[in-house]
Amino acid sequence: MSAFLSWLAGLPALAQVPIIIFAFVALVGAILFFVEIAPRKGTLYTVIRLAVCVLAPMLILLAAGSYWWAAAAAAVLGGVFFIVDYRSRVGAGYLFQLFGFLSPAILLLMIGLVIPTIQTTVQAFMNSRGTAFIGFDNFIWVFTQPEAIRTVLNTIVWVLIAPLVSTIAGLAYAVFIDKSRGEKYFKIMVFMPMAISFVGASIIWRFVYTARPASQNQIGLLNQVVVWFGGQPVDFLANEPWNTVFLIIVLIWVQTGFAMVVLSAAIKGVPAEQLEAAELDGTNPWQKFTNVTVPGIRSALIVVLTTISIASLKVFDIVRTMTAGANDTSVIANEMYTQFKNFEQGRSAAFAVILFLLVLPIVIYNARQIQKQREIR
Amino acid sequence: MSAVLPVEVPDPTTRNHLRQGEKRLEAPAKRTKKRLTSRGATVAALLIAVLWTVPTFGLFVSSFRPAQEVRTTGWWTLFQNWGLTLDNYSQVLQAGNSQLNLAGAFINSIAITLPATLLPLIIASLAAYAFAWIDFRGKNVLFIAVFALQIVPLQMALVPLLKFFSQGSIFGIPVVTSISDAGGYSQVWIAHTMFALPLAIYLLHNFVSEIPADVIEAARVDGAGHGQIFFRIVLPLTMPAIASFAIFQFLWVWNDLLVALIFADGAVAPMTKLLAEITGTRGQDWHLLTAGAFISILVPLLVFFSLQRYFVRGLLAGSTKG
Repeated sequence: MSAFLSWLAGLPALAQVPIIIFAFVALVGAILFFVEIAPRKGTLYTVIRLAVCVLAPMLILLAAGSYWWAAAAAAVLGGVFFIVDYRSRVGAGYLFQLFGFLSPAILLLMIGLVIPTIQTTVQAFMNSRGTAFIGFDNFIWVFTQPEAIRTVLNTIVWVLIAPLVSTIAGLAYAVFIDKSRGEKYFKIMVFMPMAISFVGASIIWRFVYTARPASQNQIGLLNQVVVWFGGQPVDFLANEPWNTVFLIIVLIWVQTGFAMVVLSAAIKGVPAEQLEAAELDGTNPWQKFTNVTVPGIRSALIVVLTTISIASLKVFDIVRTMTAGANDTSVIANEMYTQFKNFEQGRSAAFAVILFLLVLPIVIYNARQIQKQREIR
Repeated sequence: MSAVLPVEVPDPTTRNHLRQGEKRLEAPAKRTKKRLTSRGATVAALLIAVLWTVPTFGLFVSSFRPAQEVRTTGWWTLFQNWGLTLDNYSQVLQAGNSQLNLAGAFINSIAITLPATLLPLIIASLAAYAFAWIDFRGKNVLFIAVFALQIVPLQMALVPLLKFFSQGSIFGIPVVTSISDAGGYSQVWIAHTMFALPLAIYLLHNFVSEIPADVIEAARVDGAGHGQIFFRIVLPLTMPAIASFAIFQFLWVWNDLLVALIFADGAVAPMTKLLAEITGTRGQDWHLLTAGAFISILVPLLVFFSLQRYFVRGLLAGSTKG
């Protein structure tokens, strides 16, 4: 494939798109064709199966620019697979079909996620060049360096503030616009930031935060507001510890739309009978909201909170674009990239592992909640 | 359904009287109640909506103002300091580094995003079909394993995968020659395809497995093999799900910065990467930054406004990816 890919890379950018897609569709078409004829009986089909089993892995490896011995090994493995398939209890050709459907995905997942995850975990216990085992030194470094501790603390601040504020804002907005005229347009306005990249959002907000000396006109909206109220312009992104908060606002701005859409749908699912019953009991709107609506949308609230928590733990683009981690604003994901760029692979891997460990419980909890919601529906 | 039917009132005038009476009785009460609960709420909602839109609007306005005006006056003074121009756009399309300008990066973004959206979808739908409609031992275990891969943050996989692309070895055993030598977009295509698979397989499996078993069985009786069933029945029936996920994946790849930083270097970098770079090097050239940012968010916004329903569905489904 290397030859093919180099040839492809030499073409104009937009010409590459149809070619790679066409080549790929042809490949999948071939898989489907062989899968279709695999279970048929007769010598001819058996020979075709044998040929595909032996030749396909070999050709794929050779096309990928592999070595002769690897291709030969693949051909032998293919032959073994043919025999296993031929003698399969459920009939010849059965495993062949299964393999045709599953092998592309499994192969890519192994190479792209499973093996790298193992390697990163090992790397976290190795020195910067990956040559010697150094135990927990990388983790000790992370939790003893003031800057690295700051990074971890910042990430925790992100997780504490962003999910809570965006969920509350999203919930309030969803309640306010519920059943109002033009609800659809209200929703579009707040949901729109979800379509914008974090890089785009960062530029939008950097522009809002820009500061000019007090003697000049302000061009950043927020500083203009400060000046209107008689204050001095502030360089929002330079003054720690508040600069982290101003970065978090960007994520809140993006995620509130997500919270609002999910919660709005949940609010519409609260049974009208319960609301009416509460009204008959003489509750005021606030009591009705806290005692009927909120318990009614509890599971949706948890899904929103956990989902935004995961996003804030992994936040990278915003910090990278707005401050690149300067002035004590760095977070784990950004530090992982910075250490990688500084050829400190061990430390970079240690940050990745810490991130993984932080995300792990929330993701599992989130997946369970989504599963539960689905069962209820 | 309720068993009680409303009593028929045959006489139209009586009916009218009744209706008006109801109205007259209920109307004032209803109106006051509605006012009390919703006036403050509407104002608050309007306030939030404006607060959420103003930053984008300011960017949009500024991108059309002359550089000198952007540098010295706020965009809210547009009417006092009038002047609109397209110069910023023509200028920012030429801006960039020695290898690439923003116009090229726009093309790169398209060339990266389209294959990186279609390839994982096709591979994932094949796998989703196998998980849903082919029985084999260990199916559940394997499916849960694929599902569980969603919890791995991309950060865990990036560096080793980059090494694999440049050296072609797994655990020190050389398997293929270097892919990164080939240059071009191949690395970033493959990386995005790999990272999309767990979520794509899981979501598509949910839809593929909901196809009635009778339909599949009927096709099988008619002599169709798995290849035909997949191509002629499963693919057309799951198109809405595939469309939702395609939009999600399209936006994800288009808006991605992290994967691009690692796998798309130099002349093949997408817009997000170049914009982040320009923000670092020319952070005060706001006439350029605003125009550049607006170009980069234009495509997602178009997708958002034209395919809203699929868009929301897709985004909700894939919200924890990354």
